[in-house]
Amino acid sequence: MLELGADEYAKYPFMADAGQYLKDKGFPLVKFGTDPDLKPSVEKAFHRLKVSTEGGIYKSELIDGQASKSYILEIEVFSFLLAIVLIKLTGMHTLTKRFALAEARRAEQHLERDLGKASDKSKVDLAIKIIHDLFGIEVIKRDDFFEIPVADYLKHSVSFHEREWKLINRYVKDGKVLLTPEKTVRLIRKELGTYIGSKIINAPTPPMIPGFENMVNELISICKKLTPSYTMTTGEYPPCIKHAIEVLEKGENLPHSGRFMLAAFLLSKGQSVEEIAPLFKNAPDYNQRITLYQLNHLAGTSGSGTQYSCPSCEKLKTQNLCFAIPECDNIINPIQFGKKRI
Amino acid sequence: MQENNIKFLEDTFKKYYFDHFDLIRVPNRTSEREFGFQKFNSGMTRHISIKDDKELHLLLMKNTPSDVYCSNACYSFPNLPMNEKDWKEADLIFDIDAKDLNLECRKDHTISKCNECNEISTNVNNCSKCNSIKLEKKSLPCKNCINSSKNEVSKLSNILIEDFGVQQNDIHVYFSGNEGFHVYVYNSQFQQLGSKERSELTDYIMFHGAIPETFGMKKIKPNRSTFPDFDEKGWRGRFSKEVYGAKSKRSKIITELIVNGYSSFQKTLDNLSDKIGAKIDPNVTMDIHRIFRLPGSLNSKSGLTKVFCTDLTKFDPYIEASFLNEKLVEVIANCPIRFNLKNTKFGPYFNEKVSIPTFAAAYMICKKLATIS
Repeated sequence: MLELGADEYAKYPFMADAGQYLKDKGFPLVKFGTDPDLKPSVEKAFHRLKVSTEGGIYKSELIDGQASKSYILEIEVFSFLLAIVLIKLTGMHTLTKRFALAEARRAEQHLERDLGKASDKSKVDLAIKIIHDLFGIEVIKRDDFFEIPVADYLKHSVSFHEREWKLINRYVKDGKVLLTPEKTVRLIRKELGTYIGSKIINAPTPPMIPGFENMVNELISICKKLTPSYTMTTGEYPPCIKHAIEVLEKGENLPHSGRFMLAAFLLSKGQSVEEIAPLFKNAPDYNQRITLYQLNHLAGTSGSGTQYSCPSCEKLKTQNLCFAIPECDNIINPIQFGKKRI
Repeated sequence: MQENNIKFLEDTFKKYYFDHFDLIRVPNRTSEREFGFQKFNSGMTRHISIKDDKELHLLLMKNTPSDVYCSNACYSFPNLPMNEKDWKEADLIFDIDAKDLNLECRKDHTISKCNECNEISTNVNNCSKCNSIKLEKKSLPCKNCINSSKNEVSKLSNILIEDFGVQQNDIHVYFSGNEGFHVYVYNSQFQQLGSKERSELTDYIMFHGAIPETFGMKKIKPNRSTFPDFDEKGWRGRFSKEVYGAKSKRSKIITELIVNGYSSFQKTLDNLSDKIGAKIDPNVTMDIHRIFRLPGSLNSKSGLTKVFCTDLTKFDPYIEASFLNEKLVEVIANCPIRFNLKNTKFGPYFNEKVSIPTFAAAYMICKKLATIS
């Protein structure tokens, strides 16, 4: 495991050693509910959580990434650990997700700064090592850029929806992708969030700590307000589906991938195999037995039992099945077309 | 397919597997691969595991398959159902098929067989006899199809080597046995990538999804854009060569690009996919559970062999992939287009009885353009 200095504990309190830190300091959890000297840490933890529920990033008291006074360092690490205790006491999943994301983005800022430090090689090396140890990515610094193997880049960027993250929009050479410090760190944001999230999920839930009740209740009520009210749909089909239906109606050939998309889409909209099958009647190679077999397979009523889902817009673009219109903006799967939050 | 045609093809294929087993390339890690085969006029048998050469030979002799397949993936248990196989990794494979290249020549050598009345014609939209639109299309690829496919293989290899750092000798090119090529990449960093990641690779290779910013074009204040240089590596360099044409034209064309603006630049990029992107079938590369035609085996769509190409430039499938015997057979041929096999011209035939070598008869019967008389 990494050897971290005091400043690094404060910057990256989610690293395994940070938990040890609290134990080493010898503070029993219950003391935080009653001891006025420890109150600032609890208040900071509460503040840290509230900021995360608002979509913000908590601003630490570190100056240029350094804990100038030892008590600041303690507050930084304690407040992170206490925030986890508070989350466990609320039992709210939303809180886990929002806090993990906010903390990941906070750590991201520090990592980015460390990676970009041309003058301090040790900081750069440590940041590279954190990325390697936690996420298994081999990063090599070359001039002002960081080189990452294409395969590693893809594993992490594949869930990003912004087009600038597509491999085609990156500088690729000799099996490596070249990234700025900012992009290098952004690449692992999700994993950083998942890593912090898993730390929270795996932490034991303590019994209620006297003195924490009000904060816990307030956090629960904030979370309840965050749960979105539900959605209505226009019932309109997205253009890719309309196009596929038109092709079939004309008796033209729709490629296998297009048939898969159409069937999976309609199945997920609740239509039955029997309702969908006649759509394929005009296909030049129509065979009723095979069509029903394939549809049942897609629906999960035969074969492995897996119900297949409609391919993402990204995949459909690759397959030349996407005919996007302005109403498609901001959706990542045809299933989301025409849904509005109310 | 009629019984006598099946019998003929089965006998011919059996003889091929007996005489040419040396052509069949048993993949590495044989026991971790899933094998499958099809017999004439019947469905697919898959989820088979094979220990070694001998077992494969036995399978071919015992079943006389029309087509034999092997997975690109390695599994712990290749013979179990899909979700229990325990996927480990998969070779990266690309399929380049002349039918996907939208070539002008295609209409000149495509034959339609009507599913309603069996009429064979060169009309590609509807049956010339009963007007039905339910047509089965058969193509007899020409030299231009093969050369254009080779060109795409070269584009692909170039990207694999320069951009993805793949070693030249880890790229193996096979003629598919019908209308194109299969390109296998071994020992690469991509072995363990899933389907979504491979889809990103295909977009890269096909030059899909590029945005103007990647090539220096700014949305706001486009006159402050900085465009790629002629000799740059990767897509920026390929873009320069295609768009500027020559170094001397660079500045003039850049001025035009800036004047035309951002959205016009996006259109230029979209149009470039067709010219500079390698035309691969993305679905094939994305599929990490697929079984692929086994190298060295016969393709039942043509009777030609999926053969390893040692020198792609010189490779002629109609000489080097035709291994069936020369014994004369009588067939009733209905093949309105002339074709060339083993340096011999055949056809056109208009519903006539002809005596031709087995390799040519099998070619037409596989394409459903002849029957044993």
